Amino acid sequence: MSVTYIDAIREALETLLREDPRVFLYGQDIATFGGAFKATKGLAEMFPNRVFDCPISEDAMIGLAVGAAIEGMRPIVEMQFADFSSVAFNQIVNQAATHFYRTGVPIPITVRLPSGGTPGSGPFHSQSMEGIYAQYPGIVVLTPASVSDAYHMLIDAVTLDDPVIFCEHKFLYRWLKAKSINGDHLPIGQARIVRPGKHATVVAYSAMVHEAVRAADRLQQDGWEIEVVDLRSVKPLDIDTVLASVARTGRLLAVGEAFPWGGVTAEVVSRVTEEGFHLLDAPPQRLNARDTPVPYHPKLWAAHRPTPESICQALRKLLTF
Amino acid sequence: MLRARILENKLSSLYKAGKIVGGVYLGRGQEAVSATLGTALIQGTDFFAPLIRDQAGRTAFGEPLLDCTRTYLGSVQGPMRGRDGNIHRGRPKEGMPAMISHLGSQVSVVAGMLFAKRLQGTLEGRVGATCIGDGASSTGAFHEGLNLAAVEKLPLVVVIGNNQFAYSTPNDRQFACADLVEKARGYGIGGMAVDGTDLLACASVITEAVRRARAGQGPQMVVARLLRLSGHGEHDDAFYVPGEVKQGHYGRDCIEVAMRQLVENGIATVEEILTWQEQFADEVQRAVAQAQQEAAPDPYHENWTALATRFPLATPTPTQAVFP
Repeated sequence: MSVTYIDAIREALETLLREDPRVFLYGQDIATFGGAFKATKGLAEMFPNRVFDCPISEDAMIGLAVGAAIEGMRPIVEMQFADFSSVAFNQIVNQAATHFYRTGVPIPITVRLPSGGTPGSGPFHSQSMEGIYAQYPGIVVLTPASVSDAYHMLIDAVTLDDPVIFCEHKFLYRWLKAKSINGDHLPIGQARIVRPGKHATVVAYSAMVHEAVRAADRLQQDGWEIEVVDLRSVKPLDIDTVLASVARTGRLLAVGEAFPWGGVTAEVVSRVTEEGFHLLDAPPQRLNARDTPVPYHPKLWAAHRPTPESICQALRKLLTF
Repeated sequence: MLRARILENKLSSLYKAGKIVGGVYLGRGQEAVSATLGTALIQGTDFFAPLIRDQAGRTAFGEPLLDCTRTYLGSVQGPMRGRDGNIHRGRPKEGMPAMISHLGSQVSVVAGMLFAKRLQGTLEGRVGATCIGDGASSTGAFHEGLNLAAVEKLPLVVVIGNNQFAYSTPNDRQFACADLVEKARGYGIGGMAVDGTDLLACASVITEAVRRARAGQGPQMVVARLLRLSGHGEHDDAFYVPGEVKQGHYGRDCIEVAMRQLVENGIATVEEILTWQEQFADEVQRAVAQAQQEAAPDPYHENWTALATRFPLATPTPTQAVFP
């Protein structure tokens, strides 16, 4: 029997509802309908008065979660798509993220963002918002790439006393399968080396981990051994694991699905340049989506985001510098 | 309301003397509305999210004067420890959230506090309230929050102090309905209008709105018509408020109206009011003096972290989750 990434998320939500009376779920179409991606399927029946449909009011959804957290609850808010969290941006970055620093009262809310592109989703159902939220102090930003991480990191996220932006990748929802949800259960804030190598380091997160591993598989046929680091958590960023990898390989490529200006890959390259310049044998490289809105047509979309082909191309350039 | 006026007059003097860290935003002319709401709420049971012009409501709800003077004067012993200032202070764990500058945002936060109490089974007899201005009624956050509170049927009271100017922008550039209270009907909630310069009218209407919310009749909106009797902040001389508006009915001072009402109705004597004034002036003086002698925050002792969690976390014991 196999478990998908969305199964793991649903299972984590069920575990959380069963084990922690402070947890409730708030989101659009998540009760009877079970959520746009069925992440909450059946939970409203299993847990009466714990799973709520709410008006299309992203700002007020987060405001309500903040208020409930002040009064001791652990709300989990589902944004129907990560893209719509821009409507809640103010409540996330100004209300939730500043609260502990300003008042000393923590805001343990978890905001689930179905993130990233899928073919045919277009500009407003495809965005990757992790870099934007990570730029603000007071927020933890998680980007699980495996079935096991989707389960364990969601449970850990709700356990944290801080606001967590939990970026789930929509492409991984049903495409990614594992034999079970068991795994190494690394703590939040620790990166994982998913594929060891010695010639170059690819730092990736979320769905890009899988694209990077495919690229590494192809380059292996030519004798190149590529190390792939899955950040898991983009904030806090485990730069120690990245630096240790770069120390072994001397070369760095950071891959992300978000827009190219700034963001997670820029932060990784900047930190490695700052703290590990002496480790580098070649200029560190970045590969991101293109600097346009995410296009609708699958052919355009596939050329907008990094792919195994474009990652291979970037790596060959890096390896032959 | 008298205590708040005396405190705010003192803050204004301190601002002009350059003693205040940051800006000063006063509630002059809005004390009758704010104090009435603060009085109708029960500290320790209810929630109150004050906004920019609610010194009177804060005091009535039980906020110590020292919270105010410490925050304005930059004492590290204030509730915000120098990390936030002036009217952004609060004590969230004691039922008083700390406002952010983005107007309308507190409506859904108070709704969330009430929602938590419903889930915990302790909502009965409890009310949450927040104040906003005419300007904030134009925000998306106000609409989303009020609509959500109405859908959830929460005991939320929203008091709109329509002081006719959002900073400098007059009502006719803010909304197009004849009166903001018309909006209540659209949300399916209770709505009442009141003359915000009339203490007895405020006491009657706002207390009734709180009673209705407490009795389970869902969200209530009160629109209090009044005039801000100072600028947006003490840096602003409000030159844009026309003379005829200042001279008009709502330009009257609610404190003077209140004093007259108390005396005429035999609630208090002139002597008693004078005694209060002396007592409050003394309290204010002591709160200012105390805060002034306290240390400012020390950047070398600040921990400079915005997270409650201390990373890196220890590696957890591997768990063998059982998947059905």
